[in-house]
Amino acid sequence: MFSYYLQLGLRSLRRNPVLTALMVMAIGFGVAASMTTYSVFRATSRDPIPQKSDVLYNVQLDNWGPENTKEGEPPPALSYKDATALLRARKAKRQTVTYPIGVSVIPEDPSRLPMRQGAYATGADFFPMFDVPFLQGRAWSIDDDEKHADVAVISKSLNDKLFNGGQSVGKQINLDGHLFRITGVIKDWAPQPLFFDVPNTSGFDEGASVYVPFNRAVDLKLPNNGNNNCVKDPGEGWENYLRSECIWLSLWTELPSKSEAQSYREYLSGYAAEMQRSGRFSWAPNVRLRNVMDWLSVQKVVPRESQVSLLVSLGFLVICLVNTIGLLLAKFMRRAPEIGVRRALGASRLDIYAQFLIEAGTIGIAGGVLGLVLTGFGVLGVGLVFPERIARLATLDPTLMLLTLVVAITASIVAAFYPTWRAAQVQPAWQLKSN
Amino acid sequence: MQIRPILAALRRHKAGTILIALQIALTLAIVCNALFIVHERLDRVRRTTGMNEANVVAVQNLYVGSPGTYLPLMKTDLQALRSMPGVEDAYVTNSFPLRRGGWSTTAQRTADGGKDGVQSALYFGDEHALATLGAKLVAGRNFTSSEIASFTRDQQPAPPQVIVTKALADKMFPDGNALGKTIYYIKGRPSTIIGIVEKLTVPWIDTDFIDNVTIMPLLFDSSYQHFILRTKPGQQDAVFKSVANTLYGVNRMRVLPEKNGVRTFEMVRAAAYDADRGMALLMSIVCGVLLAITAAGIVGLSSFWVGQRRKQIGVRRALGARKSDILSYFMTENFLIALAGVVVGVILALGMNQWMLTQFEMQRLSFTYVLVGVVVLLGLGQAAVFAPALRASRVSPVEATRSV
Repeated sequence: MFSYYLQLGLRSLRRNPVLTALMVMAIGFGVAASMTTYSVFRATSRDPIPQKSDVLYNVQLDNWGPENTKEGEPPPALSYKDATALLRARKAKRQTVTYPIGVSVIPEDPSRLPMRQGAYATGADFFPMFDVPFLQGRAWSIDDDEKHADVAVISKSLNDKLFNGGQSVGKQINLDGHLFRITGVIKDWAPQPLFFDVPNTSGFDEGASVYVPFNRAVDLKLPNNGNNNCVKDPGEGWENYLRSECIWLSLWTELPSKSEAQSYREYLSGYAAEMQRSGRFSWAPNVRLRNVMDWLSVQKVVPRESQVSLLVSLGFLVICLVNTIGLLLAKFMRRAPEIGVRRALGASRLDIYAQFLIEAGTIGIAGGVLGLVLTGFGVLGVGLVFPERIARLATLDPTLMLLTLVVAITASIVAAFYPTWRAAQVQPAWQLKSN
Repeated sequence: MQIRPILAALRRHKAGTILIALQIALTLAIVCNALFIVHERLDRVRRTTGMNEANVVAVQNLYVGSPGTYLPLMKTDLQALRSMPGVEDAYVTNSFPLRRGGWSTTAQRTADGGKDGVQSALYFGDEHALATLGAKLVAGRNFTSSEIASFTRDQQPAPPQVIVTKALADKMFPDGNALGKTIYYIKGRPSTIIGIVEKLTVPWIDTDFIDNVTIMPLLFDSSYQHFILRTKPGQQDAVFKSVANTLYGVNRMRVLPEKNGVRTFEMVRAAAYDADRGMALLMSIVCGVLLAITAAGIVGLSSFWVGQRRKQIGVRRALGARKSDILSYFMTENFLIALAGVVVGVILALGMNQWMLTQFEMQRLSFTYVLVGVVVLLGLGQAAVFAPALRASRVSPVEATRSV
């Protein structure tokens, strides 16, 4: 019966090409608009590190007080004082502090120009914590951190540029005149959103190609290349800056179980309470320990543009559906005499339902195919609407293709419910009589 | 007018009527808000910077190595840039309008700080800054070369003289006589306002202090600099192409980033408003396609109704109705449906805007947009129904006598 109804459906589509084309286009455009904007939304709201996102926690601590914070939300980064104190306590399985540094790599070959590279100062734990994939060598050790060693991890693309992709572990790299020994080469690694440095990148940026130990970077006074926020004048000089309440450091911890997270949270509150007792804070402890997805949501990494355009295109899809309902109603009701005959010859209402829903399904398939093509163009054209760093994340993968078809077919069948119900209500006697 | 019989007939086509009205209502709601977003975004894109933006080239420069002081390097570079053929003027700074990164601080009227501060962006530059930017001095004077000082990363920028924008001057001194007054950027370190420029905007595009700018007669002794060049008319492209070589010719130990290292101001502007233009484009496309689909839907349903009522039309024609009566019947019918849709649509549009207001910090929908939307949709309905209505008016009276 199914294939027979499918044939009937296809024949009916051919009988009224203009109306059919209108419906297919409405479904196609509606689905394509929604899927294109959804592809951007999906890319900007995804989990950057799904295997560990619920055990990695960003640490926030209010060192500014209620006067300088909004709605009780602690500042998005930590001061040097707090970050190093929490780091030294080693209360989590792993912990690392990061800040972006601006460095230029000076190639050994004097005929080559220096290169500006994105870089982070961080700790040894950074690499195992975030599952950073190594191609050569390994991360530096915690011992290196404590010895303030001149070591570095570089990315594949920098290794390609400096060493033609060869073995570089043990070789040296010149960063603004300081020599660092390479301990490992990682893949070009930049999870998107770049969860571990949201405050400086708003979530989407190319990753860094050099990582050096935080302690060494502070010794060398490598300036912070990211945001620096002070509520009080820190005074002049690097030492004053380190002593100040200026916030510029991100602290991440790995806490494998809920109970560990709970005890870390208690420790954090305890630390803030200690600061209050010592007179540094004149306010009650105000701390946050948020896992990756909570952190991304609080930091609002999904761009406003992406949300607005997704909403508008969903509205667009709804209008296309209403449009399709109207057209299907016209199409089905025009065939009232035919329905009357079928019913008089013994077809049940259920048969009518099946026939017309299958017909609507064929429109959905056609609309879905058109939608797929248009989504393809849409995803290609995302670059015209969104900044490049976001547009490059939107892709038409098999999941999205399947979703496009499913949405198109579901939408057209949903749209067909009311017209089909009306068709099934056709009274055979009345139709036959009037003819 | 034959409104009563139309309403009576519509009562027999409830579903179709409601569907068309609903579609018009939803379309109006979305089109109003989408057009409003377009307007909001284009308004931002059209904002001026207070600069003469033609013939300006911006160079991002990073010195490599740690020579202790970068001032000699900066001065040599400036000299080389100013003597480039095609370059009219040049200066070195930390930031400039639309760069989307820079410094800001609170300017205060009292030495000890307090709560009455006004947020201001800080641009550093020398006596060439105003001419290079093309900013217009409306009161006071420019810096003199003897006033240009320098400061390092470990120090605070607080020179004895500053030039401020009129917007900042008016906010600091609402009585309007800011020239010669003292303001404080750092506690206890006074700066005198020696000049006021008509307008200059901050580096950012999303702040609430977009016109508050202070220019300080300072060279920032740091490895990271921006050179701004004003070229002679028609020489912008030539300078754009040769400036990197000129700088590398002076000193190779520097980086001009591959991306955005050298940009004309048109490129700076385009990059700054990328997202806004994209959003305006997307919303325009959505509006266009939406209106087309709604029109097509009206054509489709009206054609169906005309087809369904051929017999009745024939009867009316046989009873003496003119072609124009039939035409106006369908036009009026559509107008009534569209009117109902539009009324619901206005409520939806305002509701949707209210919601977006709280969710996305949008502005309140201006009533002009609603009005424009209403007129557009009523017009669209009439245009869409015209062809089917014309076809209806051509139904021959003979149809009345035929049975299907």
